[in-house]
Amino acid sequence: MKILDSITAISRRKSPWVYCLNAGSCNGCDIEVAACLSPRYDVEQVGVLREGSPKHADILIVTGPLTLRTRDALLDIFAQIPRPRAVVAIGSCPASGNVFAGSPAVVGALAQVIPVDVYVPGCPPRPQTILQGCLQAAMLLAEGKTHDQQGDARRAG
Amino acid sequence: MSVLADAVFALLLWPGLVGGAALAWLLLWIQRKLTARLQGRKGPPFYQPFFDFVKLLGKETVQAGGIDRSLLFGLPLASLGAATAALALIPVPGNPMPPFAGDLVLVLYLLEMPALCEVLAGYSSRSLYGQVGASREAVLSLGYNLPFLAAVAALAIQAKSLTLRSLAAAPMGPVHAAAALALLLSLPARLKRNPFSIPNAEQEIVAGPFTEFSGVPLALFELAHGLELVAYLGLFITLFMQVGGATPGFYLIAGVALVALLTILATATARLTVHQAFRFYWRWGAAAAAAALVLAKIW
Repeated sequence: MKILDSITAISRRKSPWVYCLNAGSCNGCDIEVAACLSPRYDVEQVGVLREGSPKHADILIVTGPLTLRTRDALLDIFAQIPRPRAVVAIGSCPASGNVFAGSPAVVGALAQVIPVDVYVPGCPPRPQTILQGCLQAAMLLAEGKTHDQQGDARRAG
Repeated sequence: MSVLADAVFALLLWPGLVGGAALAWLLLWIQRKLTARLQGRKGPPFYQPFFDFVKLLGKETVQAGGIDRSLLFGLPLASLGAATAALALIPVPGNPMPPFAGDLVLVLYLLEMPALCEVLAGYSSRSLYGQVGASREAVLSLGYNLPFLAAVAALAIQAKSLTLRSLAAAPMGPVHAAAALALLLSLPARLKRNPFSIPNAEQEIVAGPFTEFSGVPLALFELAHGLELVAYLGLFITLFMQVGGATPGFYLIAGVALVALLTILATATARLTVHQAFRFYWRWGAAAAAAALVLAKIW
């Protein structure tokens, strides 16, 4: 059983599939995420695949300040991702709301709604940093240290 | 060894589940690596398909409301079982399965099962994307089966036998050339590669029939697809490429060459619509099928 567990842990580190969600972003971060898939940065060399269905994903990548309109969609998609799962917040917006903080159309920091495992800083972050953030989330998944695996099923009202 | 022990060995070890899975992961890696290299990317390391499979096995299986649990696990298991059994019947080197009259018909039936399971999976998932993917697969199967079945029928008519080994032992002739062409035409659609990646059109209709599948069922579907790939390549090499002798090394090289051919076609083309693909198969596929059948009758 111990060998099986360690193989599963390695496989979680080696094959993190991501699902990208734009929660009201200005598209700046999405362009940098797209650059990760391009030949220069090629995320597939570390096993990252971009999936179209949240049910196939391990990591949820969120860009943008969480707007009121995307909040329910975010909760719906997060609930569809099978456990164990990790959340990577890209850029300043999901961390704090950035320049949109205090707007009546914006919920605010992503962590108020779902537990965030890795913050990738920048406005927008460089593709290398996004890649590093994904690998860090995959490492957390392998070690069982994501909020989800630690049993934090946070849900804001 | 008794016949039963031989059959169990063929199903579980070689060329069935264990050997087939190892080959499938190798070939799937070659597909992904070659695609990446042709696009100027670095591509995944060789162990990638294996870790993808293990990771999916270790994930939670999300059961959406309204999907029957027996269907959720039964369809991928049926798909995997059929692909494994088809592989175990194909006379690749080292296969201990004894030949019997009509094994060709059984192989054709078993090879049809994964596509059927995929259609049922798409419809049973109650997802709009799954249903669109399933209907596309169902329509496309009417197209690609025409050249595929005609190619095998032409060889059977010429060899006057329905046993795979006697078809493989028949001397090469013009019938083989026409039939090989017809079978090659049907392969990209059978394996859902570009330009015929219409049923599982990734991103366009999310993930087609597999949109709602996660965890263990998804892993089993992926493995079944890999075994299907090995089975089709094994069948093609057995039927048409006996010139170099049936050594395991020759099978491997020919299989890798066929995968490379399919991958180059997939990266060089864009996805067709169902309408275009269907017209292609009922025009050029039908022409190749007719040529093979007529040659088999008159030669």
